[in-house]
Amino acid sequence: MYVVVIGGGKVGYYLTKALLEERHEVLLVERDFKRARRIAEDFGQGVVLRGDGAETATLDRAGVGRADVICAVTGEDEDNLIVCQVAKRHFNVTRTIARINNPRNEEIFIRLGIDVTVSATQFIISLIEQEIPTTPFVNLLTLRSIGMEIVDLYMSDDCPWVGKRIGDLALPTDTVLSLHIRNGIRAFPSTMTLLMRGDRLIGLTSLDSEHALHEMLQPQ
Amino acid sequence: MRVVILGCGRVGARLAKMLDESGHQVSMIDENLEAFERLPEAFGGQVVLGNGIDFDILSQAGIERADALCALSNFDNTNIMASQIAREVFHVPRVITRIYDPVRQDTFRELGLETVCPTRVGVAQIEALIDIG
Repeated sequence: MYVVVIGGGKVGYYLTKALLEERHEVLLVERDFKRARRIAEDFGQGVVLRGDGAETATLDRAGVGRADVICAVTGEDEDNLIVCQVAKRHFNVTRTIARINNPRNEEIFIRLGIDVTVSATQFIISLIEQEIPTTPFVNLLTLRSIGMEIVDLYMSDDCPWVGKRIGDLALPTDTVLSLHIRNGIRAFPSTMTLLMRGDRLIGLTSLDSEHALHEMLQPQ
Repeated sequence: MRVVILGCGRVGARLAKMLDESGHQVSMIDENLEAFERLPEAFGGQVVLGNGIDFDILSQAGIERADALCALSNFDNTNIMASQIAREVFHVPRVITRIYDPVRQDTFRELGLETVCPTRVGVAQIEALIDIG
């Protein structure tokens, strides 16, 4: 695969390194002279292009037109967005991946045509939420291409589901509760499964139903 | 009219002054506190300190009720992103984007942004002057 990486900071550097080790063809675009030179010393001249990745001319020189993927991983959300948009619009790159710092930018990036967004901030937030057992609703994974997500639901003391059977819950559409965990023991729940305080459920829900599901778990 | 201006530089501050004087409601956004010193003492509008691509900052500047956004920061990409947020998320009826890079102007004009490119305007003016001389 030919991968063009924009931004030679720490993320770009180690991403390039990992991709080279996987024997992909990689070109890293870095604006700063000194940094570009240092990367060239480590990975070889052919791996680095010094220039502004948001400039069409730079992307042209980078041969973005034949790239399989472009990864914009600079520290600035706006630069990553515009690089990916230009790559898509001008060079018809099919797969664009953008790094995001402000998790709230994810939605607008997707709406503006970026294929994949990666947010370290959001990732760390979910990891923290997963570590806190009493968080009632945690998004474990979003399967954006099919509009679904895998969620982890925790029955807190004041959760309205406690004392109810799964069959009696008026779940939102496209929502399935697939796994029931009590005291670390897992089971596949049935409509008869009675929910108790401290139980956890792993479920699938659509992105459209996420909000409704989240609301259902709120104490009345 | 309610106008949000991103970037209190020479152009932003001057535009803000003119709009304010003609009775419009102006909100200025800039990341640098000193930038607001460019505004006249009598400026009656609002100033918001912060990043113009941050939803909360745009909200503070009243983007939901704005009739227009002028993205005039020194960074093309910031202007382009702020403009796209204003259009797509907040449905601001009129969005004007300053883009210095002519190539990028073409790209985002094709995508429907209303753009102004000072580089093109400047070059055209200077060229005209040389022709006369």
